[in-house]
Amino acid sequence: MTPREVYLDNSATTKMDPRVLEAMLPYWSENYGNPNSLHRRGREARSAVDAARASVAALINADPTDIIFTGAGSEADNLAVKGAAWALKAKGKGNHIITSAIEHHAILDSVKWLGRMGFEYTVLPVDSKGMVCPSDLEAAIRPDTVLVTIMFANNEVGTIEPIKALGEVCRKHGVLFHTDAVQAAGHINIDVKDLPVDMLTMAAHKMYGPKGIGALYVRKGVKLIPTLHGGGQEFGLRSGTENVAEIVGFGKAAEIAKARLEAGEDKKLAALRDYFIDGVLSSVPESHLTGATGEDRLPFHTSFTVKYIEGEGMLLLLDAAGIAASSGSACTSGSLEPSYVLLALGLDHATAHGSLRMTMSHDTTKEDIDYVLEKLPQIVEKLRAMSPFYNKK
Amino acid sequence: MYNQKVVDYFMNPRNAGKIEDANAIGEVGNPTCGDVMKIYLKVDPKTEVIDDIKFETFGCAAAIATSSMITEMAKEKTLPEALKISNQDVADALGGLPAIKLHCSLLAKEGIQAAAADFYMKRDGVLPEGLTFPENCTSNVGGSEEEPFVSEDNRSAE
Ligand SMILES: Cc1ncc(COP(=O)(O)O)c(C=O)c1O
Ligand code: FES
Repeated sequence: MTPREVYLDNSATTKMDPRVLEAMLPYWSENYGNPNSLHRRGREARSAVDAARASVAALINADPTDIIFTGAGSEADNLAVKGAAWALKAKGKGNHIITSAIEHHAILDSVKWLGRMGFEYTVLPVDSKGMVCPSDLEAAIRPDTVLVTIMFANNEVGTIEPIKALGEVCRKHGVLFHTDAVQAAGHINIDVKDLPVDMLTMAAHKMYGPKGIGALYVRKGVKLIPTLHGGGQEFGLRSGTENVAEIVGFGKAAEIAKARLEAGEDKKLAALRDYFIDGVLSSVPESHLTGATGEDRLPFHTSFTVKYIEGEGMLLLLDAAGIAASSGSACTSGSLEPSYVLLALGLDHATAHGSLRMTMSHDTTKEDIDYVLEKLPQIVEKLRAMSPFYNKK
Repeated sequence: MYNQKVVDYFMNPRNAGKIEDANAIGEVGNPTCGDVMKIYLKVDPKTEVIDDIKFETFGCAAAIATSSMITEMAKEKTLPEALKISNQDVADALGGLPAIKLHCSLLAKEGIQAAAADFYMKRDGVLPEGLTFPENCTSNVGGSEEEPFVSEDNRSAE
């Protein structure tokens, strides 16, 4: 019997769907045209890009011309934040940006960098579940606020932010609103016709598509200053010959994600998630869920803290059992600081040490989860037996 | 990231646990990442030979592996001999550690130092020449002062 392999790090990246790969393959060698060329090969590539744009737009109910393909989710975040900030500053609209404490570094570091370039910014706190409070946002808005950027859902704790309420606050004050939906897009229903968001970031590799391709939804009428200059591709916002094969792959991944959402598969996954969460909490003494629950949590996402032990040890022992997971422990961080997201939720350093994130995919089965629920308590017990903080019986 | 030997000493820890009738205990904390190690010793009061040694560690795999290794190296040595084991010796015995994990081996060395100091204080009421309690919480290995240009936390590249 080959040992079981259970990949539970789908917040980091997902396995590409074979249908996506199949759709992409011709665009490297057979249909190799440049979409900007006039001839047949060029037109063929252009229509492939257009079709993919329409599929990605359909996933969030946007118009195809509102989708800008970029080289990663991070690049789309940079384009949104820097592009909007510079554009609005140039118009004399103001100089102040608002974000949250739990954003991805693509946002946080962009905002901090703008801070060095003369912008001012406010970082909003979150509550113990990782939620940004709309009244905190309203209180932080100043007459010179030009942009608010708050993520749709958090990668480390799975909490879905109250995007509609936050967007309404921005609308009321006439402030542009961007949301980083890299973790959410393709996994929960998002309708930009219904949501007061002006820009929204997505990345294909978090929804069973290829790595290195992202997209920014930009509502009509929103003006950005491009962060990449050149041939004027992507409506002038992202120069560079289109990455046709990856764009095609993103289109296919979006199409599959949309069909899954329509079939209610997100609900099924959420049910498995709750089974998993209950299983961990009941089989591992003194374990706690981090982040929100139910509808306020990403359907594929689980994250915990396990007292008295450290995450890196858990990851290695899980890995030895064929289970891939991740942690926000200081020891796994490379910087020897615990995850700033967990600290922002109010966790202390020692508790953040024992953090464990296990994020599922549509391929995850109940058998996989049962296997993890069998192994995890043993692993925790083994590490606790070595911990100076744990009172052994 | 870790070599096979480190993984082995982590997966199959040597001398993990408590000694109920220990006659010296050292507890040290790692100021760099907030980890804790406790060393239990049973030392022959006359010969100063370490008859038994055990550890409890709250820390990463490198911290556990170095705890395993140093207890193995120190066992049956005299305290003065055990105190000569440097953190580099432990790292070398493990076939090397990733640079970012070198500070974890310091934890093991300081654990022995703290336990030895505890032994001498209990036996003689004074520390022998040259031995001090490890000054944890002030030593700082790694962690540059320079303000990084971008990520202060490089784990969230996902
Ligand atoms: C919330 C969030 N934003 C942005 C990114 C960056 O996306 P990419 O890796 O495509 O640059 C990620 C993950 O990597 C993420 O989880
Ligand atoms: S003990 Fe924290 S990094 Fe080794």
